[in-house]
Amino acid sequence: VNRSDRAVAPRVRVIGVGNSLRGDDGAGVEVARRLEEAGPDDADYLTGPVDSASLLGAFAGAARVIVVDAACSGAPPGTIHRFEATRAPLPPRLLRETSTHGAGLQAGIELARALDRLPPELWIYGIEGSDFGPGKSCSHAVSLAVDRVAQEIRRRWMLPGETDPR
Amino acid sequence: MSKRSLRVAYLARVEGEGALDIQVHDGRVTKAHLSIFEPPRFFEALLRGRRYDEAPDITARICGICPVAYQMSAVHAVEDAFGVAVPEPLRLLRRLIYCGEWIESHALHIYMLHAPDFLGFEDAIQMARAHPDVVQQGLELKKIGNELVALLGGREIHPVNVKVGGFYRIPAPSELAALADRLKRARDAALRTVSFSAGLDFPDFEQDYEFVALRHATEYPFNEGRLVSNRGLDIPVREYNRHFEEDHVAHSTALHARLSERGAYAVGPLARYALNFDHLGPTAQEAARAAGLGPVCRNPFKSIVVRGVETVFACEEALRIIEHYEPPSDAAVHVKPIAASGYACTEAPRGVLYHRYRFDGQGIIRDARIVPPTSQNQATIEADLRAIAGAHLNLPDLQLTRLCEQAIRNYDPCISCSVHFLRLNVEGV
Repeated sequence: VNRSDRAVAPRVRVIGVGNSLRGDDGAGVEVARRLEEAGPDDADYLTGPVDSASLLGAFAGAARVIVVDAACSGAPPGTIHRFEATRAPLPPRLLRETSTHGAGLQAGIELARALDRLPPELWIYGIEGSDFGPGKSCSHAVSLAVDRVAQEIRRRWMLPGETDPR
Repeated sequence: MSKRSLRVAYLARVEGEGALDIQVHDGRVTKAHLSIFEPPRFFEALLRGRRYDEAPDITARICGICPVAYQMSAVHAVEDAFGVAVPEPLRLLRRLIYCGEWIESHALHIYMLHAPDFLGFEDAIQMARAHPDVVQQGLELKKIGNELVALLGGREIHPVNVKVGGFYRIPAPSELAALADRLKRARDAALRTVSFSAGLDFPDFEQDYEFVALRHATEYPFNEGRLVSNRGLDIPVREYNRHFEEDHVAHSTALHARLSERGAYAVGPLARYALNFDHLGPTAQEAARAAGLGPVCRNPFKSIVVRGVETVFACEEALRIIEHYEPPSDAAVHVKPIAASGYACTEAPRGVLYHRYRFDGQGIIRDARIVPPTSQNQATIEADLRAIAGAHLNLPDLQLTRLCEQAIRNYDPCISCSVHFLRLNVEGV
């Protein structure tokens, strides 16, 4: 995971998970990029592929962590899924592991839960993708969803005075 | 007539895609296969036509866990071809980055991939619920290894700072000194790792392996030395091809390597340890003794302890290098390509990694050959499977299957690395 430079842990950390060189898989990275460009705010940003061990480090220090990843559950492309992950595990089919070469987001969250290292608040956004081909950018439906997710995160979690709707 | 089949279609807790296939007829193991079905990646072919200085970064992409090993074998093979020798400070920095990779790779395997077998858990997450302190310790150790690789390599995974002739940027002494306290923590964690792993239950199982590893005059091996074995092999790396051959077997997309004269052999921590115990240094040697290990360990299930001992060594070695570090005057030495072939073996966490390249006068790669440790261990893994299954036929299917999976994981197989599957016997043509 690539971390933006910042000396002190911020109130909000946005983790954009994915590979920008693989079509809709780059949705999470794109959301983080748009939010960072729209700054300044009391947030920092991490982007890139994720492995479960590095995710634990990425959770450390921030009061509120928002993870955005591409989803592959069979829903129509561009569908937005949202979960609070500190109370219960994610639905197993949503962000299922796509690699036999390393453990990813789901395993990282569960490892953090087992070790009592989840952040106080952890929101997971999944953007349903359809085309994960190499060398492509996000498809149209996913680009629209990227806009909506970036706006929602900004409005709901990053502006001063927002409230936790739980 | 009784027939029994055990099959695991997708092995968990290995890097890459493989299956286990055991068949028993009338109380006899008739088949013991580690089936590797991950598609081959043809790295040797895509190296052809590329420049010599691209080899370290292209081959690093073969593995996300041991990219440093690929970079080290690549730069040493290129430098062997062009007659380049790097000065002592650069040589030591190369050992130092390798220490980082051993620490992170061994910690990952010991704690996240192998320990769950011994403690009876499906995976590291389950194990973390019951033994959070153990998993935290493993993650902390791995993190410090990652930090060392990131400092010298520019980033943790697929580092970008290694080049033929040296590095692109060398660290300031203050940057290295800042890691010393972290490495002392890592060394303490590694010592606790050895005692933790020594307390696990091990099957009573020993095999009479031919161990193959690098052997250096004064150092525990990373990048230099002769290839030796406990059965008399003692050759310069340049003669690798005369003594080792690779065969295709139908159930694997990775070639099986064999010693031409004697067949299967083992590379990796047990081999390095048996052939280089005298160079481990007092702290690691003492940790090994306290763990009940002699100077040779033939029980592959105890490789988890030996990995711990090697992790102690890697921390000590890193601290030693940092303490005496004097920055080189240049980050890299000048390299001039000539038409030649170059050869190198280095000690990846999983064992000997062989690279050979043939260059034309402009330094363009004309052909390449890479033999990763896992393809060298395949025949030995299957021999272990046959023996361990044969000795435990009284176990019910589920337990026997688990034991066989554990026997595969003894080798920390990196299946993705192993699948080259390209015959390239064009040397001398």
